[in-house]
Amino acid sequence: MFAYIVRRLVLMLVTLFGISVIIFVLLRIVPGNIVDILFAAAGYVDPADKANLERELGLDQPIVVQYLHWIGGLLHGDLGYSFVSEKPALDEILPRIPITARLAGLALMFSASIGIPLGVISAVRQGTRLDYFLRVVSLSGLSLPSFWLGLLILMASVAMFGTMPLFNPNPKTWTEAIAIYCVPAMAVGFRSAALTMRITRSSMLEILRQDYIRTARAKGASEATVNYRHALKNAILPVITVIGIEAAFLIGGLIVTETVFNIPGVARFLVEAIRWRDYPIVQNLVMLIAVVVVLANFTVDMLYALVDPRIRYTD
Amino acid sequence: MRGVQALAVAAALSLLAVPSIARAAEPKQGGILRVYHRDSPGSASIHEGATYSVNIPFMPVFNNLVIYKQDVAQNSMDSIVPDLAESWAWSGDHKTLAFKLRQGVTWHDGKPFTSADVKCTFDMLMGKSPQKFRQNPRKAWYEFVNDVTTSGDFEVAFNLKRPQPALLALLASGYTPVYPCHVSPADMRTHPIGTGPFKFVEFKANESIKLARNPDYWKKGLPHLDGIEFTIIPNRSTAILAFVAGKFDMTFPTGISIPLLKDIKTQAPNAVCVVEPTNVSTNIIVNSSAPPFDSLDIRRAMALALDRKAFVSILFEGEGDIGGTMLPAPGGLWGMPKEMLETIPGYGPDVNANREEARKLMQKAGYGPDKHLAVKVSTRNIADYRDPAVILIDQLKSIYIDGELDVVETANWFPKVARKDYALGLNLTGNAVDDPDQSFYENYSCGSERNYTNYCNKEIEKLFDEESQETDVAKRKKLVWEIDKKLQEDVARPIIFHGRQGTCWQPYVKGVTVMVNSSYNGYRYEDVWLDK
Repeated sequence: MFAYIVRRLVLMLVTLFGISVIIFVLLRIVPGNIVDILFAAAGYVDPADKANLERELGLDQPIVVQYLHWIGGLLHGDLGYSFVSEKPALDEILPRIPITARLAGLALMFSASIGIPLGVISAVRQGTRLDYFLRVVSLSGLSLPSFWLGLLILMASVAMFGTMPLFNPNPKTWTEAIAIYCVPAMAVGFRSAALTMRITRSSMLEILRQDYIRTARAKGASEATVNYRHALKNAILPVITVIGIEAAFLIGGLIVTETVFNIPGVARFLVEAIRWRDYPIVQNLVMLIAVVVVLANFTVDMLYALVDPRIRYTD
Repeated sequence: MRGVQALAVAAALSLLAVPSIARAAEPKQGGILRVYHRDSPGSASIHEGATYSVNIPFMPVFNNLVIYKQDVAQNSMDSIVPDLAESWAWSGDHKTLAFKLRQGVTWHDGKPFTSADVKCTFDMLMGKSPQKFRQNPRKAWYEFVNDVTTSGDFEVAFNLKRPQPALLALLASGYTPVYPCHVSPADMRTHPIGTGPFKFVEFKANESIKLARNPDYWKKGLPHLDGIEFTIIPNRSTAILAFVAGKFDMTFPTGISIPLLKDIKTQAPNAVCVVEPTNVSTNIIVNSSAPPFDSLDIRRAMALALDRKAFVSILFEGEGDIGGTMLPAPGGLWGMPKEMLETIPGYGPDVNANREEARKLMQKAGYGPDKHLAVKVSTRNIADYRDPAVILIDQLKSIYIDGELDVVETANWFPKVARKDYALGLNLTGNAVDDPDQSFYENYSCGSERNYTNYCNKEIEKLFDEESQETDVAKRKKLVWEIDKKLQEDVARPIIFHGRQGTCWQPYVKGVTVMVNSSYNGYRYEDVWLDK
């Protein structure tokens, strides 16, 4: 097990190195850099001004030198300076992480707490009206784009209550604090909840037909014990996988949700940084996301062993 | 008798009402004005910006030497008032513009304002200072200024190479604040220091910009507001919903399209909304240095094919203006009169006759029903550019030109145009000052960086210089009309229309004036107050 963990950690480092190279090169392949954008916005170009600015930002250096400069800084905890705000990249990124982490955490919590129980109910009540209803709900969750759902929620909120949960860094009341985080979390978590529900349902249906479930029933175990202690415990493995993958994919949904609900988190910041070709911000943010994804996968693998005693990682 | 009693009661009531009306009109102190901002500005430095996304939040931090009177909607020489300058005077030969500066004014960091600050600012703008701006998009504005000299701490003079009455108009723009000498351009990008009614508090990129009342403002009793908060909301739907929900006191100025304005009026019927020209023209850039548009016949045919009214009806529900380079009346000061405009090919009211003439020109150039000319119509991937480009493509079909839309990301748009890597392009040109000097030299003079089409006509250049030096406004206007007419006839950069946009605010917001011939000059906000 220990050797496995060490191997995984080494692989994680190799993966992160690969990602760093890919993102660095991709960013520079995309036509246009921040200097082009600044001058395009001004509608003019003075070649001398442009060359000065490129030199000032280090964009005149060969790509390998630029990469080594970035990685060298990263290893020393120096993320460089944002090209746009001219502030340290770390100061720009750090305050935004808790906002997105809170939102992502709530979305995952919503996804698991809604998706798993409803998936179990749907499987146990297979073929009933309730099952059909829940399947329609889950299908709509998968079909509705989160930006559309987000806008719909905002419009309904304004039409019904005359207000809307717009982000406020210093909410005045608890209800406001809950609204500004929970409503967007629900909007982004709805799709994950639907997917979790469908996976839970199909996994449960397979398990419920196993011999040991029949045996548990024959022994006189209650329905709740059968469903949750025997069936769900064994059906949960694919659900954990899906939640792990969803945690990684959540960033895509968060970009849209943070934009619609105007939440100044990491995801929206990343989009803006890409628009400005703010290399230091994009590179460091993508690396941060890569670390989160790699860690999420690692955690899921470790959870397998915890949940299912039959799984043991050996060399 | 009953009528007399009723009159007496009404008179008594009206007498009672007078003091309360007077009270209501008296500006109230305090409150924070909440405005949403359409995007995150690249920096806080107005001199390095080229979009009103910078002017709107940062103009309240500064003062100019002179300024367009903020409660007069139409910018003109008559509406220019002293700001940091107490007075100004032209020399007899109109080659020196001297200013007497206000004394006792301090920067937000407590340092005194002097003539050295004025000299520093304009030396940097002219590229004569050791300190440089990272970008200096309006360097060309001061092409005819020889130097700026000071006499003591409170007198400054602009010495010109030749008379240029329009210099005063350029100095009154929101784009021309005075910067402090003791703060570097880099610091001005992140933490601007001014002398204006509001102090800079915070700029969180993609999040918010906060300004607070300057208690030591040299105009006593101003500003009325305690502060201004701009929340950056790039998503237009969210921003408008938030305004409707009362989260904001004001929309982003001139940021509401006509269809969206209708939505706002439906959902927030109490909101006060105005629609004004922005002095931004939508025009066609033609690459006349390469086939097929090196042919004047084809360029003229294209200009004749335009149905400008259709653009205005479709995109602005009729709320747009048709004119030449200069913004037409009533908003604009220098636009050609309608009867003169209609004599220009393509501007006549009979679109079918124009197009018939265009088809003849196309046939003369070798194209016809059986041989269409295929071209790419390039434009930026922004709705304001894309939408008219689609209409243009549709209209060009009527003269055997098959256009294909080529949308280009903002980062690549200008390099593409500069490389002349386009045949036809749809472009927007904003004018910060409603004055021909700014527009003509910038967009049409030989070698100008913003003359994207490389149009170069030495005869017209002579006329530019002539109108620029003319001190008699009536004479200058006639020259400007003549130039504008010639530019349209040469298909230098055919103007399709001048758009209008809306601005809304809650009924308790008072003292807002949206300017009608510039989107860059009216954001000092010192007169704005909240009646609540």
